[in-house]
Amino acid sequence: RTVEPLEYYRRFLKENCRPDGRELGEFRTTTVNIGKCLCSITTADGSALVKLGNTTVICGVKAELAAPAADSANKGYIVPNVELPSLCAERFRSGPPGEEAQAASQFIADVIENSQMIVKEDLCIANGKLAWVLYCDIICLDYDGNLLDASVFALLAALKNVQLPSVTINEETGLSEVNLKQKNPLIIRKHPVATSFAVFDDTLLIVDPTAEEEDLATGTVTIVTDEEGRLCSVHKPGGSPLTGAKLQDCITRAITRHKEVKKLIDKVIKSITPK
Amino acid sequence: GVLERSREQLLRQTCEAVVLGVLHPRTAITLLLVPWGPLTPPQLLSCCLNAACMALLDAGLPLAALFCGVTCALQPDGTILLDPTARQEQEARAILTFAIASSERKVLMANTKGSCSVEEMHQCMAAAQRAADTIFQFYRDSVRRRYSKC
Repeated sequence: RTVEPLEYYRRFLKENCRPDGRELGEFRTTTVNIGKCLCSITTADGSALVKLGNTTVICGVKAELAAPAADSANKGYIVPNVELPSLCAERFRSGPPGEEAQAASQFIADVIENSQMIVKEDLCIANGKLAWVLYCDIICLDYDGNLLDASVFALLAALKNVQLPSVTINEETGLSEVNLKQKNPLIIRKHPVATSFAVFDDTLLIVDPTAEEEDLATGTVTIVTDEEGRLCSVHKPGGSPLTGAKLQDCITRAITRHKEVKKLIDKVIKSITPK
Repeated sequence: GVLERSREQLLRQTCEAVVLGVLHPRTAITLLLVPWGPLTPPQLLSCCLNAACMALLDAGLPLAALFCGVTCALQPDGTILLDPTARQEQEARAILTFAIASSERKVLMANTKGSCSVEEMHQCMAAAQRAADTIFQFYRDSVRRRYSKC
């Protein structure tokens, strides 16, 4: 396995399975913890911890107030940031964010924008004066492949958990008054779910790659779908060329995965909402 | 910034897939792309792809296949526009950028902005694959012109 990793993997792939016992289209066990009781971040407005096999990603959402931009006076901001600290894997050094972290941050920002899961107009409190800024910090605690899927899932779960205090602007003083007692949940319009695939030897597609599989793969594809079966993102950063038919296989699997994830999230949200 | 890094990653992995690096061990290939003139991000991406491929051709590096970048805009009424202008891009509800390889017109790179249905994505991909023929013909003509002068 250490001397000829590719040959080792090929032998398994020929039998249509993988060294950890999974089928080619099978995901690793997914667990999600949402909220202040189960998740450790007590200072965040919303938080979630997602484990996809060994890959552990935590997302904390903090809401702050700011003045909206001049050209979009009725829009708030959502600022995602993905961090890959050196504690999650040997290959990540401490220091400024590497290419992978930055590309992942851009990907998450694109997914939020493309899927319109949060409409920026919903974050506006007073036109031109006050709007919410949601800082979404996604930190990987253990990197074992498939960062993008786990990050998108963690973001979705954390945002579902966010409770925004109601804000009113005092007419006379012009200052904002935050009412922490009255909280409203964030309006989430769409629920995008990402499904990543690794391409082996230009032909074989496997779902949810581990870090070892990602290193051996010749390419990766990530498909993000929402609940209506629409594609929010097709992210294929280079790698071996794929035909349209292969992409269609990926999309079909992604749509199935979306249903599984949505069911899981709904179950967890229901279990933590106070009756 | 973060956008540039993400673009660099897309371009780098696309080039890595076609350049036969095995023939040149211990070599570094640096591609420097400088955008010229007003370009929107999706236009920039496909322009960079085309420029990168032609530069690799000009350098004489062994490539497994040629690739070209095509931008598709999906209008609100469902029509597909290839190589959209900045205003058409703004009105579009989705913009898809593909890098199509010359071998069997397979998809090397895909990047989407906005959401679309699965059928629409396939239609855009088919349109991009057809457009790739025109772009590859342009490559051939340019290279022919370059080598016929000197």
